[in-house]
Amino acid sequence: MATAATATPSTPTKRDWTKPQAMAIPKEGYFQLEKGRYGPVYPQTPACYGFTLIAKIKPGREDAIRAYGKTIEKAIADLPDALEALKLHYLRWVLFDIGKDIYFMYQGIFDTDFDKYTEDAVALFTELGVNTTFENLEGFPEDWKTNAPAFAKFVREHQCPSFLEYGEYPYATADEIKKALKLKAAFSDMLDLMQ
Amino acid sequence: MDILQQTHGISGDLTERTEELDSLEFDDIQHFLMSRPPARAARYEFLSFKSGSDGRAWLTGLIDKVGTASAVGSSLLDARWVTVGFTWNGLQTLGVAEASLATFPEEFRQGMAARAGVLGTTGANHPEHWMGGLASPNLHGIVVLFARDVAERERCRREHERYVAQCGGVEVLSSLDLEAIPPFDYAHEHFGYQDRLSQPIIEGTGVEPTPGSGPPIKPGEFFLGYPDEEGPAARLPQPEILSRNGSYVAYLRIEEHVGAFRDFLRAHGETPEQQELIAAKLMGRWRSGAPLVLAPDKDDPKLGADSQRTNDFNYAKIDPYGYGCPLGAHIRRMNPRDTAVNMNRRKMIRRGGTYGPPLPEELPDDGIERGIAAFVGCASLVRQFEFAMNVWANDPNFHELGNERDPIFGTQDGTFDMTIPKRPIRKKIKGLPAFTTVRGGAYFFLPGIKALRYLASLSDGL
Repeated sequence: MATAATATPSTPTKRDWTKPQAMAIPKEGYFQLEKGRYGPVYPQTPACYGFTLIAKIKPGREDAIRAYGKTIEKAIADLPDALEALKLHYLRWVLFDIGKDIYFMYQGIFDTDFDKYTEDAVALFTELGVNTTFENLEGFPEDWKTNAPAFAKFVREHQCPSFLEYGEYPYATADEIKKALKLKAAFSDMLDLMQ
Repeated sequence: MDILQQTHGISGDLTERTEELDSLEFDDIQHFLMSRPPARAARYEFLSFKSGSDGRAWLTGLIDKVGTASAVGSSLLDARWVTVGFTWNGLQTLGVAEASLATFPEEFRQGMAARAGVLGTTGANHPEHWMGGLASPNLHGIVVLFARDVAERERCRREHERYVAQCGGVEVLSSLDLEAIPPFDYAHEHFGYQDRLSQPIIEGTGVEPTPGSGPPIKPGEFFLGYPDEEGPAARLPQPEILSRNGSYVAYLRIEEHVGAFRDFLRAHGETPEQQELIAAKLMGRWRSGAPLVLAPDKDDPKLGADSQRTNDFNYAKIDPYGYGCPLGAHIRRMNPRDTAVNMNRRKMIRRGGTYGPPLPEELPDDGIERGIAAFVGCASLVRQFEFAMNVWANDPNFHELGNERDPIFGTQDGTFDMTIPKRPIRKKIKGLPAFTTVRGGAYFFLPGIKALRYLASLSDGL
């Protein structure tokens, strides 16, 4: 039986967003092994939650993968809230060479451990057509749409955990940031109206 | 042809889609998740088999008594309904081949006790405190008896006792007797809340969902071998004869601390009306069943009792900030409705009832254990049941609340809060006590009738 962390699901503690913070992370990617439904849960850091997937692409697929940049751009333009379920802050998709091979890096920063939304992510990717980006990666399970555990396994096997994360406004969620910006805008309008 | 194909007819390709059938095989599916028989009493017996042949012999004599979905409800003369299920260890003991066992889901293989961290059943709810051998690797099977009344339950109990003694090699690790508590005209539990107001309806059963309950759900969300909300049936455990028409259930024995609950209501409400309001804010419905979203300030028992109205509401449009139903209230966690995605993949069918004598209002807690012993049925424990426990019930950051778990059924240890949105200032209760304790739990597979015959026909050593 795995050693569970002191409290699972994740126990929150008071988070201080007022000062930037940096966190050094052990090599495994976590301080204490905490088990989620599909595998280990990676800790929340001053840069919230996230992953960095690095996978070799199948030969000849570089252009197909690059074309997905436009696909996603259009999908979000048509439906800005399309990725809402993933609670994303930022996404970065990168293609780079190592020797003769081309690798794909998918880096995401979000507000919830990936373990919680694995099935929703699978459903979302199918809907948006992101599925075929993944199918260009070596080792990606062909039956991923009906096999969430296999999808989660691929993510975990290709995940490269950070050893340092820094947050300018630590732990603040995307929702909190958007609320704060909206409040500021509303307050600013109110001040104008008072003139 | 490898040995598995020779002896068990296992197909090599697990990703092969099974043939879709248009209609449900009611005579092969156990009645348990399909319909509720009119039972006022029940008994659960948790079993261990000394050997495969002992387990198979017991099963052989019981198969004809197992209620099917077509049989239950068809005769008003029926007085009792039987269900059988097995843990992964139970299937192994019965003689299911290792290669076949490996095709069952990982979480089912591990068993509920090993998944305590994932589910959040920690602290006082941890399996190390569980009773009745439920956390034991020797728990192999369960037989569930629903009976029209206590007299019938007792008759069946004696009959099964004689049968087990005659079989030999079957040990009853523990058992639990259940009875509906008065008043009997509506289902409710020991805290006094009306229950069973929101249930998914299975497509193909011809039953109309009540308004607000959403569309009928594809049968594959509850029974293996049918199309589910994502598409055709896929990745059935092998061989197909074993998995087809089967379901998984998560069993939970939940003690309800009625005295502590009533003390809490009195501590947070000076008048009976204020106490009812607090009770409503924890649950999301008044004890009459009326939902807070539709009756935010005053109870409305007529609304609670009206099945056409009592479930007809949403959150995102009518009550986005939780001024009616708090964001962390029990029913809002267990069914977030329009505030969550993929909801059709998160439905579960609940069965079960109350155990233990009711505690009269005027008496202090008497120390006798009482509560509910329930089953949560689905086709994927990890995707449906475990998701609900991990992401909704026990995640302190559900709805970004920060430090709150389900107030009624979450694992409470005195350090979690409950926010009740209110104008002008919200009310925040700090340090909720535990109103419930999980006393035991387990994952069972409920095979179809053909699967039961297949299991009974196995032999050791394969």
